[in-house]
Amino acid sequence: MSEHAQYEQTGAFEPKIMAFVCNWCTYAGADLAGTSRLEYRPNVRIIKLPCTGRIDPLFIIKAFENGADGVLVSGCHPGDCHYTTGNYHARRRWIAFKSLMEFTGIDMRRLHFSWVSASEAIKWVDLINGITEEVKILGPFVEYKGLKGEENG
Amino acid sequence: MARIGVFVCQCGNNIEGTVDTKKVAEEAQKLPGVVYSRNYKFMCSSPGQEMLKEAIKKHRLDGVLVSACSPHMHEKTFRKASDAAGLNPFRCEMANIREQCSWVHHDRTKKTGTVKGNDLTRMAIERLKRNRPLKKINIPVTRRALVIGGGIAGIQAALDIAEGGREVILVEREPSIGGNMARLSETFPTMDCSQCILTPKMVEVELNEKIKLYAYSEVEKVDGYIGNFTVRIRRKAKYVDEDLCTGCGECIEKCPFKAGSEFELGLTSRKVIYTPFPQSVPNIPVIDAPNCPKFQKDKCGACAVVCGPKAIDFKQKDTVVEEKVGAVVVATGYQMMPNERFGEYGYGRFKDVISGMQFERLASSSGPTGGEIRRPSDGKVPETVVFIQCVGSRDEAKGVSYCSKVCCMYTAKHTMLFRHKVKSGQAYVFYMDIRAGGKRYEEFVRKAIEKDGAMYLRGRVSRVYEKDGKVVVCGADTLSNSQVEIEADMVVLATAVVSRKGSDGLARTIGIGSDRHGFYNEYHPKLKPVETVNAGIYLAGACMGPMDIPESVNMGSAAAGKVLGLFSSEEMAREPIVANVNERVCNACWDCVVACPYSAIERFTVKNGQGDVMGMHAKVNEGVCQGCGVCVAACRSKAIDLAGYTDEQVFAAINAF
Ligand SMILES: Cc1cc2nc3c(=O)[nH]c(=O)nc-3n(C[C@H](O)[C@H](O)[C@H](O)COP(=O)(O)OP(=O)(O)OC[C@H]3O[C@@H](n4cnc5c(N)ncnc54)[C@H](O)[C@@H]3O)c2cc1C
Ligand code: FES
Repeated sequence: MSEHAQYEQTGAFEPKIMAFVCNWCTYAGADLAGTSRLEYRPNVRIIKLPCTGRIDPLFIIKAFENGADGVLVSGCHPGDCHYTTGNYHARRRWIAFKSLMEFTGIDMRRLHFSWVSASEAIKWVDLINGITEEVKILGPFVEYKGLKGEENG
Repeated sequence: MARIGVFVCQCGNNIEGTVDTKKVAEEAQKLPGVVYSRNYKFMCSSPGQEMLKEAIKKHRLDGVLVSACSPHMHEKTFRKASDAAGLNPFRCEMANIREQCSWVHHDRTKKTGTVKGNDLTRMAIERLKRNRPLKKINIPVTRRALVIGGGIAGIQAALDIAEGGREVILVEREPSIGGNMARLSETFPTMDCSQCILTPKMVEVELNEKIKLYAYSEVEKVDGYIGNFTVRIRRKAKYVDEDLCTGCGECIEKCPFKAGSEFELGLTSRKVIYTPFPQSVPNIPVIDAPNCPKFQKDKCGACAVVCGPKAIDFKQKDTVVEEKVGAVVVATGYQMMPNERFGEYGYGRFKDVISGMQFERLASSSGPTGGEIRRPSDGKVPETVVFIQCVGSRDEAKGVSYCSKVCCMYTAKHTMLFRHKVKSGQAYVFYMDIRAGGKRYEEFVRKAIEKDGAMYLRGRVSRVYEKDGKVVVCGADTLSNSQVEIEADMVVLATAVVSRKGSDGLARTIGIGSDRHGFYNEYHPKLKPVETVNAGIYLAGACMGPMDIPESVNMGSAAAGKVLGLFSSEEMAREPIVANVNERVCNACWDCVVACPYSAIERFTVKNGQGDVMGMHAKVNEGVCQGCGVCVAACRSKAIDLAGYTDEQVFAAINAF
């Protein structure tokens, strides 16, 4: 919906990034970026989950379908997961899922996996700026949006 | 149709500065299901909360979205307010337009912030529409505690819990409680005798009716969850009937055989039927069967002959008891780094190179020398003693990166004890730096140096060798930049404090984590120092890392406080963010069972009235589930969902992107 608004804003293509993050580390890290009054690109929309282990690969596909040009999955560093091993599950799932994504035609530069702790506000800022920049160069991701159109129509 | 109310907070100028909150409220109003929407200066203030409550009632809202700061900040506030107005608290959600929007996008024209604020609010509203009302889960609490380990930390925890009126089961592996503190001579920083302050507490444990002591026992299994644990305890055969034994000690007296004393760290021997030390609690001896001829060759049996009450029972077997408890305190303490790892200092090869703990025994009036400092090789009183600090500690090559924390203090104590007992003696200390943080600690070390004349040499020891009945220590004195060589009569090593052998096994048994050194992990290093990831299981003392007596006692009391808090009512309420299984869809593949980090999912067998097996499905134990949702993503047939984070809710948010 806000895609147009974003075009209007800068006149150029502004990618939409969806971030799936865990409640305990990355969400808190993103909060810290705010409390520290850091600034970063406004292209990201966060969806909070208890743990990266909760993230279903389908979420990512759905995000692309719904207009995301890039997706980020981020949680606690290995060993720091609030639920001890949730992020290991996420990582394992990620490895299996990655090749599948490549196979289905998603450019892997659109999909990022990272660890951002509750204290790594700067890392969060750099990550979002970096992904936005990278996806901006790649241009809009239209393939999956088409899919949704077909489904609806 | 839903009846959602939207409240967009200006947060003074914190949000309003870069987000047009009025616009956000107007945009939200256009969404289907939103019946009320407005902005306000400070939603979290009491007028703000009152307004929210009134709107719920007046507009019969069935959902409330507060677009404001981070939910980590005020979710609880608004959920509480909703609850007070009769709205299920889980029908209240927040959109984070401050920390994750207004504060990070500094566009003063408000364009950027408003666009994003709109998006975040819309996504949250769509999610909120799918929020099911949830009820806090009540779990019954068995108000009895298990304490594992009877060192000072475990003793303190047990006494405090009992004092609070709750029953305690104290399990100690050795024949007596007391732990390492029972070995100490005098204690820093006050120099009171360890036994004098410890023994009364040990006796208190024995006399307290609320404490059931299982000495010479080990915990084999812990099942269940907070409030509802079942523990299996193995009571090792003592070959002495506890009910009959009067603790007269006749058997020990008459036993003709000896073995090395564990309590005295090999400095002397004990009888084969023994108590670790004279003030043992319980004061009931055990027979060391592997060293007893009665067991090995069916010879002797003198103890049985002299025992008046006929308490000796060579046929006694281990027994296993099961106890139900609501909380567990782990207080299994520490040990010293084994001596074979200090070849370079001659420990284990040269008789007169001993550990700090052995020195405690030499200095103890109940020790093998009756408190006189006599060296092990020939019993001579040493005139020159070299103390070496950081032996193993802070040494990655030895696998110990950390500081053992107590050694600076006890080495200073040792030099004083030595000087007090051997007036003409001279103590030398090789150290890296002195760490004496703590009340009266720095002063204590200064006293050792200034009043009792200990010679502190800053530097490492390069070599230790024996020569003509002396132990020669060569090392650097980096402060005077010279090499020193000291001909000592005895050398005392401040060996590293390490985790107990087998500590990782116990961690697995009880389901808690340990670090790479085998010390148990607290839930949070600052804010939850006595809790563990396994709710209802707490830590106390040096099993969590090196610490001194005051800290161990602190932790023991803190853990007891947590336990008593938990036991303050018969039921405990917990957040309803738990997984649940759709039994009809579950195809019993058990992927979830394997994935669950908490073993919260069981393989459930469905039976009919006749007891025939009708089928199987996964079943979540709500008491154990922590709500991570790993099982949900692992389930291939989509039979599990996570309350509060259902697929439906997440997809709704994505769709509104
Ligand atoms: C040489 C030396 C001198 C010291 N001097 C001082 C001093 O002067 N002042 C001071 O404040 N501190 C001193 N300390 C530190 C002090 O010893 C510790 O702070 C204290 O003993 C820690 O108590 P704890 O109960 O945590 O552990 P521990 O004393 O180790 O007790 C743990 C208990 O748990 C039992 N246990 C272990 N595993 C199991 C199991 N699986 N099942 C059941 N039971 C189990 C053990 O048998 C033991 O009884 C000194 C330490 C050393 C090494
Ligand atoms: S809680 Fe952050 S990844 Fe598991």
